[in-house]
Amino acid sequence: MSIPKSFLGYKRENGRAGTRNHVIILPVDDISNACAEAVANNIKGTIALPHSYGRLQFGADLELHFRTMIGTGRNPNVAAVIVIGIEPKWTKKIVDGIAETGKPVEGFHIERSGDIQTIMKASKKAQEFSMWASEKQREECPLSDLWISVKCGESDTTSGLASNPTVGNLMDKLEPLGVHLCFGETSELTGAEQVCAKRGATPEAQKKFMKTWSEYNDFILKEATDDLSESQPTAGNIAGGLTTIEEKAFGNFQKIGSRKFIDVLEPAEEPKKGKGLYFMDTSSAAAECVTLQAAGGFNIHLFPTGQGNIIGNPIEPVVKLTANPLTAKLMSEHVDCDVSKILSREMNLDQAGDKLIETTLKVANGRLTCAEALGHREFVMTKLYRSA
Amino acid sequence: MSKPDLIIHDEKDNVGVVVIETTKKGQDCNAWIMENDKTVNVSSANDVPLGHKIALKDLKVGDTILKYGHDIGKVVKEIKKGEHVHVHNVKTKKW
Repeated sequence: MSIPKSFLGYKRENGRAGTRNHVIILPVDDISNACAEAVANNIKGTIALPHSYGRLQFGADLELHFRTMIGTGRNPNVAAVIVIGIEPKWTKKIVDGIAETGKPVEGFHIERSGDIQTIMKASKKAQEFSMWASEKQREECPLSDLWISVKCGESDTTSGLASNPTVGNLMDKLEPLGVHLCFGETSELTGAEQVCAKRGATPEAQKKFMKTWSEYNDFILKEATDDLSESQPTAGNIAGGLTTIEEKAFGNFQKIGSRKFIDVLEPAEEPKKGKGLYFMDTSSAAAECVTLQAAGGFNIHLFPTGQGNIIGNPIEPVVKLTANPLTAKLMSEHVDCDVSKILSREMNLDQAGDKLIETTLKVANGRLTCAEALGHREFVMTKLYRSA
Repeated sequence: MSKPDLIIHDEKDNVGVVVIETTKKGQDCNAWIMENDKTVNVSSANDVPLGHKIALKDLKVGDTILKYGHDIGKVVKEIKKGEHVHVHNVKTKKW
Protein backbone atom coordinates (compact mmCIF):
# COMPACT_ATOMS: atom_id res chain seq x y z
CA MET A 1 0.00 0.00 0.00
CA SER A 2 1.27 3.48 -0.77
CA ILE A 3 0.83 5.59 2.35
CA PRO A 4 -0.81 9.01 1.77
CA LYS A 5 1.59 11.90 2.33
CA SER A 6 -0.94 14.16 4.02
CA PHE A 7 -4.17 14.41 5.98
CA LEU A 8 -6.79 17.10 6.47
CA GLY A 9 -6.23 18.90 9.75
CA TYR A 10 -6.70 22.23 11.49
CA LYS A 11 -3.59 24.41 11.33
CA ARG A 12 -2.80 26.16 14.60
CA GLU A 13 -1.04 29.42 15.40
CA ASN A 14 2.15 27.68 16.64
CA GLY A 15 2.64 25.52 13.52
CA ARG A 16 1.08 22.33 14.93
CA ALA A 17 -2.03 20.73 13.39
CA GLY A 18 -5.13 19.28 15.02
CA THR A 19 -7.31 16.35 14.02
CA ARG A 20 -10.16 17.99 15.94
CA ASN A 21 -11.38 21.55 16.54
CA HIS A 22 -12.63 21.65 20.12
CA VAL A 23 -13.42 24.69 22.23
CA ILE A 24 -12.91 23.54 25.80
CA ILE A 25 -14.07 24.89 29.15
CA LEU A 26 -11.33 23.86 31.56
CA PRO A 27 -11.90 23.94 35.32
CA VAL A 28 -8.71 24.55 37.32
CA ASP A 29 -10.09 22.65 40.33
CA ASP A 30 -12.89 20.33 41.45
CA ILE A 31 -15.08 23.12 42.87
CA SER A 32 -15.12 24.96 39.54
CA ASN A 33 -16.64 22.01 37.68
CA ALA A 34 -20.24 23.24 38.14
CA CYS A 35 -19.42 26.61 36.64
CA ALA A 36 -17.53 25.08 33.69
CA GLU A 37 -20.36 22.64 32.99
CA ALA A 38 -22.93 25.46 33.09
CA VAL A 39 -20.94 27.42 30.49
CA ALA A 40 -20.64 24.36 28.23
CA ASN A 41 -24.37 23.83 28.60
CA ASN A 42 -25.08 27.45 27.62
CA ILE A 43 -22.84 27.60 24.58
CA LYS A 44 -23.10 25.00 21.81
CA GLY A 45 -19.89 23.76 20.26
CA THR A 46 -18.00 23.77 23.57
CA ILE A 47 -17.17 20.94 25.98
CA ALA A 48 -16.41 21.06 29.70
CA LEU A 49 -13.64 18.87 31.10
CA PRO A 50 -14.62 18.26 34.73
CA HIS A 51 -12.17 16.41 37.00
CA SER A 52 -11.63 15.69 40.69
CA TYR A 53 -8.54 17.64 41.80
CA GLY A 54 -6.66 20.93 41.88
CA ARG A 55 -6.88 22.03 45.51
CA LEU A 56 -4.06 21.96 48.09
CA GLN A 57 -1.79 19.89 45.91
CA PHE A 58 1.93 20.56 46.35
CA GLY A 59 5.39 19.68 45.03
CA ALA A 60 5.72 17.28 42.10
CA ASP A 61 2.01 16.45 42.31
CA LEU A 62 1.06 20.10 41.83
CA GLU A 63 3.56 20.48 38.99
CA LEU A 64 1.94 17.49 37.26
CA HIS A 65 -1.50 19.05 37.76
CA PHE A 66 -0.40 22.27 36.05
CA ARG A 67 1.43 20.38 33.30
CA THR A 68 -1.70 18.33 32.56
CA MET A 69 -4.03 21.36 32.59
CA ILE A 70 -1.74 23.52 30.46
CA GLY A 71 -0.88 20.64 28.10
CA THR A 72 -4.54 19.86 27.55
CA GLY A 73 -5.19 23.46 26.58
CA ARG A 74 -2.11 23.54 24.34
CA ASN A 75 -3.08 20.38 22.44
CA PRO A 76 -3.57 21.24 18.74
CA ASN A 77 -6.96 19.45 18.76
CA VAL A 78 -8.13 22.40 20.86
CA ALA A 79 -8.97 25.63 19.01
CA ALA A 80 -9.67 27.87 22.00
CA VAL A 81 -9.91 27.61 25.78
CA ILE A 82 -11.92 29.11 28.64
CA VAL A 83 -10.19 28.49 31.99
CA ILE A 84 -12.30 28.76 35.17
CA GLY A 85 -10.83 28.48 38.68
CA ILE A 86 -11.82 29.47 42.18
CA GLU A 87 -9.03 32.02 42.58
CA PRO A 88 -7.06 34.18 40.13
CA LYS A 89 -3.44 33.09 40.67
CA TRP A 90 -3.53 29.44 39.58
CA THR A 91 -6.11 30.32 36.91
CA LYS A 92 -3.72 32.87 35.42
CA LYS A 93 -0.79 30.45 35.52
CA ILE A 94 -2.76 28.01 33.35
CA VAL A 95 -4.00 30.74 30.99
CA ASP A 96 -0.43 32.00 30.50
CA GLY A 97 0.88 28.49 29.76
CA ILE A 98 -1.77 27.95 27.10
CA ALA A 99 -1.43 31.48 25.64
CA GLU A 100 2.17 30.72 24.55
CA THR A 101 0.70 28.72 21.66
CA GLY A 102 -1.01 31.85 20.33
CA LYS A 103 -4.49 30.33 20.51
CA PRO A 104 -7.41 32.28 22.04
CA VAL A 105 -7.62 31.65 25.79
CA GLU A 106 -9.28 33.56 28.60
CA GLY A 107 -9.45 32.92 32.35
CA PHE A 108 -12.21 33.61 34.89
CA HIS A 109 -12.19 33.19 38.65
CA ILE A 110 -15.17 32.69 40.91
CA GLU A 111 -14.07 34.23 44.23
CA ARG A 112 -15.65 37.64 44.95
CA SER A 113 -18.23 37.30 42.16
CA GLY A 114 -19.90 33.87 42.54
CA ASP A 115 -20.93 31.20 40.07
CA ILE A 116 -23.75 33.07 38.32
CA GLN A 117 -21.81 36.18 37.34
CA THR A 118 -18.80 34.05 36.34
CA ILE A 119 -21.02 31.84 34.19
CA MET A 120 -22.41 34.92 32.45
CA LYS A 121 -19.02 36.48 31.72
CA ALA A 122 -17.42 33.20 30.68
CA SER A 123 -20.40 32.26 28.50
CA LYS A 124 -20.10 35.49 26.50
CA LYS A 125 -16.45 34.77 25.80
CA ALA A 126 -17.17 31.09 25.09
CA GLN A 127 -19.80 32.08 22.52
CA GLU A 128 -17.27 34.30 20.78
CA PHE A 129 -14.67 31.47 20.76
CA SER A 130 -17.16 28.85 19.56
CA MET A 131 -18.35 30.94 16.63
CA TRP A 132 -14.77 31.91 15.74
CA ALA A 133 -13.65 28.25 15.81
CA SER A 134 -16.63 27.17 13.69
CA GLU A 135 -15.17 29.13 10.76
CA LYS A 136 -11.95 27.09 10.77
CA GLN A 137 -11.58 24.77 7.78
CA ARG A 138 -9.57 21.57 7.46
CA GLU A 139 -6.48 22.04 5.29
CA GLU A 140 -3.94 19.67 3.82
CA CYS A 141 -1.24 18.95 6.45
CA PRO A 142 1.88 16.79 6.04
CA LEU A 143 1.64 13.35 7.62
CA SER A 144 4.44 14.40 9.98
CA ASP A 145 1.91 16.65 11.75
CA LEU A 146 0.41 13.48 13.22
CA TRP A 147 1.48 12.82 16.80
CA ILE A 148 0.30 9.29 17.58
CA SER A 149 0.08 7.89 21.10
CA VAL A 150 -0.62 4.23 21.89
CA LYS A 151 -1.84 2.28 24.90
CA CYS A 152 -3.58 -1.09 25.16
CA GLY A 153 -6.31 -2.13 27.58
CA GLU A 154 -8.35 -5.12 28.77
CA SER A 155 -5.63 -7.03 27.02
CA ASP A 156 -5.67 -10.76 26.49
CA THR A 157 -3.39 -13.10 24.61
CA THR A 158 -4.87 -11.98 21.27
CA SER A 159 -3.42 -8.51 22.03
CA GLY A 160 0.13 -9.87 22.15
CA LEU A 161 -0.49 -12.19 19.20
CA ALA A 162 -2.08 -9.74 16.81
CA SER A 163 -3.54 -6.34 17.73
CA ASN A 164 -0.42 -5.00 19.48
CA PRO A 165 1.88 -6.24 16.66
CA THR A 166 -0.52 -4.48 14.22
CA VAL A 167 0.20 -1.19 16.01
CA GLY A 168 3.90 -2.12 15.88
CA ASN A 169 3.61 -2.64 12.13
CA LEU A 170 2.02 0.82 11.78
CA MET A 171 4.86 2.34 13.83
CA ASP A 172 7.46 0.64 11.65
CA LYS A 173 5.78 2.10 8.55
CA LEU A 174 5.00 5.61 9.83
CA GLU A 175 8.07 6.47 11.91
CA PRO A 176 10.28 6.92 8.81
CA LEU A 177 7.70 9.45 7.53
CA GLY A 178 8.44 11.81 10.41
CA VAL A 179 5.54 11.31 12.82
CA HIS A 180 5.87 11.63 16.60
CA LEU A 181 5.00 8.42 18.49
CA CYS A 182 4.49 7.71 22.18
CA PHE A 183 4.04 4.63 24.37
CA GLY A 184 3.76 4.47 28.15
CA GLU A 185 2.45 2.11 30.87
CA THR A 186 5.51 1.88 33.10
CA SER A 187 4.09 -0.81 35.40
CA GLU A 188 2.95 -3.01 32.51
CA LEU A 189 6.47 -3.34 31.18
CA THR A 190 7.43 -5.23 34.35
CA GLY A 191 8.99 -8.50 33.32
CA ALA A 192 10.06 -7.08 29.96
CA GLU A 193 11.89 -4.07 31.43
CA GLN A 194 15.40 -5.25 30.48
CA VAL A 195 14.33 -6.02 26.90
CA CYS A 196 12.51 -2.68 26.70
CA ALA A 197 15.49 -0.71 28.07
CA LYS A 198 17.63 -2.10 25.23
CA ARG A 199 15.29 -0.31 22.80
CA GLY A 200 16.56 3.05 24.02
CA ALA A 201 18.25 4.74 21.04
CA THR A 202 21.07 6.12 23.23
CA PRO A 203 22.72 5.02 26.50
CA GLU A 204 21.10 8.08 28.14
CA ALA A 205 17.61 7.02 27.01
CA GLN A 206 18.29 3.46 28.25
CA LYS A 207 19.49 4.70 31.64
CA LYS A 208 16.57 7.11 31.97
CA PHE A 209 14.12 4.30 31.23
CA MET A 210 15.61 1.94 33.84
CA LYS A 211 15.61 4.73 36.44
CA THR A 212 11.93 5.51 35.72
CA TRP A 213 10.90 1.86 35.78
CA SER A 214 12.85 1.10 38.99
CA GLU A 215 11.32 4.06 40.82
CA TYR A 216 7.84 2.94 39.79
CA ASN A 217 8.53 -0.65 40.77
CA ASP A 218 9.94 0.39 44.17
CA PHE A 219 6.80 2.45 44.76
CA ILE A 220 4.55 -0.50 43.85
CA LEU A 221 6.44 -2.90 46.10
CA LYS A 222 6.32 -0.37 48.97
CA GLU A 223 2.54 0.22 48.69
CA ALA A 224 1.51 -3.37 47.97
CA THR A 225 -0.22 -5.12 50.87
CA ASP A 226 0.21 -8.54 49.27
CA ASP A 227 1.27 -9.50 45.77
CA LEU A 228 -0.23 -7.63 42.84
CA SER A 229 -1.68 -10.70 41.15
CA GLU A 230 -5.23 -9.30 41.52
CA SER A 231 -4.42 -5.96 39.84
CA GLN A 232 -1.74 -6.97 37.37
CA PRO A 233 -2.94 -8.86 35.43
CA THR A 234 -6.55 -7.64 35.91
CA ALA A 235 -9.53 -9.98 36.23
CA GLY A 236 -10.35 -9.17 32.60
CA ASN A 237 -6.80 -10.06 31.52
CA ILE A 238 -7.00 -13.39 33.37
CA ALA A 239 -10.40 -14.20 31.83
CA GLY A 240 -8.75 -13.61 28.46
CA GLY A 241 -5.96 -16.07 29.22
CA LEU A 242 -3.14 -13.83 30.46
CA THR A 243 -1.50 -15.50 33.45
CA THR A 244 1.30 -13.24 34.69
CA ILE A 245 2.54 -9.63 34.49
CA GLU A 246 5.55 -10.86 32.49
CA GLU A 247 3.28 -12.37 29.83
CA LYS A 248 1.25 -9.17 29.71
CA ALA A 249 4.42 -7.06 29.46
CA PHE A 250 5.87 -8.96 26.49
CA GLY A 251 2.49 -8.63 24.76
CA ASN A 252 2.29 -4.94 25.57
CA PHE A 253 5.79 -4.33 24.23
CA GLN A 254 4.77 -5.58 20.73
CA LYS A 255 3.12 -2.19 20.15
CA ILE A 256 6.42 -0.46 19.32
CA GLY A 257 7.31 -2.88 16.53
CA SER A 258 11.06 -2.76 15.94
CA ARG A 259 11.38 0.94 16.81
CA LYS A 260 13.78 2.52 19.29
CA PHE A 261 12.72 5.30 21.68
CA ILE A 262 14.72 8.53 21.62
CA ASP A 263 13.73 9.92 25.02
CA VAL A 264 11.82 9.25 28.24
CA LEU A 265 9.15 11.83 29.10
CA GLU A 266 7.73 12.82 32.47
CA PRO A 267 3.95 12.31 32.70
CA ALA A 268 2.22 14.92 30.46
CA GLU A 269 5.58 16.30 29.23
CA GLU A 270 5.70 17.60 25.67
CA PRO A 271 8.44 15.93 23.57
CA LYS A 272 11.23 18.25 22.53
CA LYS A 273 13.65 16.08 20.56
CA GLY A 274 11.77 16.11 17.27
CA LYS A 275 10.17 13.26 15.32
CA GLY A 276 10.41 9.67 16.50
CA LEU A 277 9.27 7.39 19.31
CA TYR A 278 9.08 8.51 22.96
CA PHE A 279 8.38 6.58 26.16
CA MET A 280 6.21 8.45 28.69
CA ASP A 281 6.13 7.49 32.38
CA THR A 282 2.42 6.77 32.94
CA SER A 283 0.09 4.59 34.94
CA SER A 284 -1.37 1.66 33.01
CA ALA A 285 -4.96 2.72 33.79
CA ALA A 286 -6.42 3.61 30.39
CA ALA A 287 -8.07 6.98 31.04
CA GLU A 288 -5.15 8.29 33.13
CA CYS A 289 -2.63 7.25 30.51
CA VAL A 290 -4.46 8.75 27.51
CA THR A 291 -5.16 11.99 29.43
CA LEU A 292 -1.40 12.35 30.07
CA GLN A 293 -0.49 11.57 26.46
CA ALA A 294 -3.05 14.10 25.17
CA ALA A 295 -1.55 16.68 27.55
CA GLY A 296 1.86 15.86 26.03
CA GLY A 297 0.48 17.11 22.70
CA PHE A 298 -0.48 13.86 20.94
CA ASN A 299 -3.38 14.37 18.53
CA ILE A 300 -4.57 10.83 17.71
CA HIS A 301 -4.52 7.66 19.83
CA LEU A 302 -4.42 3.96 18.91
CA PHE A 303 -5.86 1.57 21.47
CA PRO A 304 -5.65 -2.20 20.94
CA THR A 305 -7.96 -4.22 23.16
CA GLY A 306 -8.53 -7.91 23.75
CA GLN A 307 -11.54 -8.37 26.01
CA GLY A 308 -13.01 -4.97 25.06
CA ASN A 309 -11.97 -1.75 26.79
CA ILE A 310 -14.38 1.09 25.86
CA ILE A 311 -12.35 4.21 26.76
CA GLY A 312 -12.47 7.56 24.96
CA ASN A 313 -10.93 10.98 25.59
CA PRO A 314 -12.57 14.41 25.23
CA ILE A 315 -9.87 15.96 23.01
CA GLU A 316 -7.78 13.13 21.53
CA PRO A 317 -9.73 10.69 19.34
CA VAL A 318 -9.16 7.09 20.47
CA VAL A 319 -9.10 4.53 17.64
CA LYS A 320 -9.81 1.04 18.92
CA LEU A 321 -8.69 -2.20 17.33
CA THR A 322 -9.08 -5.80 18.37
CA ALA A 323 -7.91 -9.19 17.19
CA ASN A 324 -10.30 -11.07 19.44
CA PRO A 325 -13.08 -12.40 17.17
CA LEU A 326 -15.57 -12.60 20.07
CA THR A 327 -14.95 -8.97 21.07
CA ALA A 328 -15.24 -7.87 17.44
CA LYS A 329 -18.60 -9.66 17.26
CA LEU A 330 -20.09 -8.96 20.70
CA MET A 331 -18.84 -5.35 21.12
CA SER A 332 -18.79 -4.18 17.51
CA GLU A 333 -19.96 -0.66 18.41
CA HIS A 334 -16.62 -0.12 20.18
CA VAL A 335 -14.31 -1.48 17.48
CA ASP A 336 -12.95 0.91 14.81
CA CYS A 337 -10.63 -1.65 13.22
CA ASP A 338 -11.16 -5.43 13.32
CA VAL A 339 -7.95 -7.42 12.76
CA SER A 340 -9.25 -10.75 14.11
CA LYS A 341 -8.60 -12.47 10.79
CA ILE A 342 -4.91 -12.55 11.75
CA LEU A 343 -5.70 -15.41 14.13
CA SER A 344 -7.22 -17.54 11.37
CA ARG A 345 -4.34 -16.54 9.06
CA GLU A 346 -6.75 -14.97 6.60
CA MET A 347 -4.89 -11.67 7.13
CA ASN A 348 -1.19 -11.10 7.76
CA LEU A 349 0.45 -8.43 9.90
CA ASP A 350 1.42 -6.33 6.90
CA GLN A 351 -2.20 -6.21 5.71
CA ALA A 352 -3.44 -5.50 9.23
CA GLY A 353 -0.95 -2.62 9.59
CA ASP A 354 -2.20 -1.15 6.30
CA LYS A 355 -5.80 -1.47 7.43
CA LEU A 356 -4.97 0.36 10.67
CA ILE A 357 -3.16 3.15 8.79
CA GLU A 358 -6.25 3.57 6.62
CA THR A 359 -8.54 3.77 9.68
CA THR A 360 -6.15 6.17 11.46
CA LEU A 361 -6.11 8.55 8.49
CA LYS A 362 -9.90 8.47 8.14
CA VAL A 363 -10.18 9.47 11.79
CA ALA A 364 -7.43 12.10 11.44
CA ASN A 365 -9.45 13.54 8.53
CA GLY A 366 -12.53 13.84 10.71
CA ARG A 367 -14.39 10.52 10.84
CA LEU A 368 -15.76 10.02 14.36
CA THR A 369 -14.30 7.16 16.37
CA CYS A 370 -16.66 4.67 18.01
CA ALA A 371 -15.82 6.21 21.40
CA GLU A 372 -16.64 9.72 20.12
CA ALA A 373 -19.94 8.58 18.65
CA LEU A 374 -20.81 6.87 21.94
CA GLY A 375 -19.91 9.97 23.97
CA HIS A 376 -16.85 8.63 25.82
CA ARG A 377 -14.96 11.61 27.29
CA GLU A 378 -12.87 10.13 30.08
CA PHE A 379 -10.65 12.93 31.39
CA VAL A 380 -8.73 11.65 34.42
CA MET A 381 -5.96 13.49 36.18
CA THR A 382 -3.06 11.47 37.59
CA LYS A 383 -2.49 12.20 41.27
CA LEU A 384 0.89 11.28 42.74
CA TYR A 385 0.06 11.49 46.47
CA ARG A 386 -2.29 12.99 49.11
CA SER A 387 -2.94 16.74 49.16
CA ALA A 388 -1.77 18.98 51.97
CA MET B 1 -2.36 -22.41 4.58
CA SER B 2 -4.78 -24.06 6.96
CA LYS B 3 -6.56 -22.32 9.83
CA PRO B 4 -4.60 -22.98 13.06
CA ASP B 5 -6.15 -24.10 16.37
CA LEU B 6 -3.17 -22.81 18.34
CA ILE B 7 -0.52 -20.18 17.64
CA ILE B 8 2.99 -20.40 19.11
CA HIS B 9 5.05 -17.18 19.09
CA ASP B 10 8.58 -18.57 19.16
CA GLU B 11 10.20 -21.94 18.50
CA LYS B 12 11.57 -21.97 22.08
CA ASP B 13 8.10 -21.54 23.65
CA ASN B 14 6.66 -24.39 25.76
CA VAL B 15 3.07 -23.08 25.50
CA GLY B 16 0.73 -22.28 22.62
CA VAL B 17 -2.36 -19.99 22.54
CA VAL B 18 -5.82 -21.24 21.54
CA VAL B 19 -7.13 -19.14 18.63
CA ILE B 20 -10.43 -20.94 18.02
CA GLU B 21 -13.52 -20.43 20.23
CA THR B 22 -12.58 -23.46 22.33
CA THR B 23 -10.65 -26.70 22.02
CA LYS B 24 -12.41 -29.94 23.01
CA LYS B 25 -10.92 -32.54 25.33
CA GLY B 26 -8.94 -34.99 23.20
CA GLN B 27 -8.94 -32.72 20.12
CA ASP B 28 -5.88 -33.02 17.90
CA CYS B 29 -4.81 -29.37 17.57
CA ASN B 30 -2.86 -27.93 14.72
CA ALA B 31 -0.36 -25.41 16.10
CA TRP B 32 1.34 -22.82 13.88
CA ILE B 33 4.72 -21.41 14.98
CA MET B 34 4.83 -17.76 13.88
CA GLU B 35 8.61 -17.41 14.08
CA ASN B 36 9.54 -20.13 11.59
CA ASP B 37 6.18 -20.87 9.89
CA LYS B 38 6.32 -24.54 10.94
CA THR B 39 3.35 -26.53 12.19
CA VAL B 40 3.22 -29.02 15.08
CA ASN B 41 0.37 -31.03 16.56
CA VAL B 42 -0.71 -31.38 20.16
CA SER B 43 -3.67 -33.15 21.72
CA SER B 44 -5.75 -30.91 24.03
CA ALA B 45 -6.26 -32.57 27.44
CA ASN B 46 -9.09 -30.20 28.46
CA ASP B 47 -11.69 -27.90 26.90
CA VAL B 48 -9.58 -24.74 26.63
CA PRO B 49 -11.15 -21.39 25.60
CA LEU B 50 -9.93 -18.80 23.11
CA GLY B 51 -6.83 -16.95 24.26
CA HIS B 52 -5.82 -19.49 26.90
CA LYS B 53 -2.62 -21.53 26.80
CA ILE B 54 -1.86 -25.23 26.32
CA ALA B 55 1.39 -26.92 27.38
CA LEU B 56 3.49 -28.24 24.49
CA LYS B 57 5.50 -30.56 26.78
CA ASP B 58 5.43 -32.03 30.29
CA LEU B 59 6.42 -29.42 32.88
CA LYS B 60 7.36 -29.91 36.52
CA VAL B 61 7.20 -27.57 39.53
CA GLY B 62 9.86 -24.83 39.26
CA ASP B 63 10.14 -25.01 35.47
CA THR B 64 10.05 -21.72 33.53
CA ILE B 65 7.22 -20.98 31.11
CA LEU B 66 8.54 -19.56 27.85
CA LYS B 67 6.39 -17.41 25.56
CA TYR B 68 7.65 -14.90 22.97
CA GLY B 69 10.89 -16.82 23.63
CA HIS B 70 10.99 -15.13 27.08
CA ASP B 71 10.46 -16.09 30.73
CA ILE B 72 6.85 -15.30 31.70
CA GLY B 73 6.64 -17.15 35.05
CA LYS B 74 7.19 -20.39 36.96
CA VAL B 75 5.28 -23.67 37.21
CA VAL B 76 3.74 -24.16 40.70
CA LYS B 77 1.79 -27.37 39.97
CA GLU B 78 2.86 -30.15 37.65
CA ILE B 79 1.55 -29.80 34.07
CA LYS B 80 1.26 -32.58 31.47
CA LYS B 81 1.64 -31.96 27.74
CA GLY B 82 -1.72 -30.82 26.31
CA GLU B 83 -3.06 -29.45 29.61
CA HIS B 84 -4.47 -25.98 30.22
CA VAL B 85 -1.77 -23.59 31.55
CA HIS B 86 -3.03 -20.65 33.63
CA VAL B 87 -3.19 -19.08 37.10
CA HIS B 88 -3.94 -22.48 38.75
CA ASN B 89 -0.53 -23.89 37.80
CA VAL B 90 1.69 -20.91 36.90
CA LYS B 91 2.76 -17.83 38.92
CA THR B 92 4.71 -14.67 38.22
CA LYS B 93 8.34 -14.44 39.35
CA LYS B 94 7.88 -10.70 39.96
CA TRP B 95 5.49 -10.26 42.88
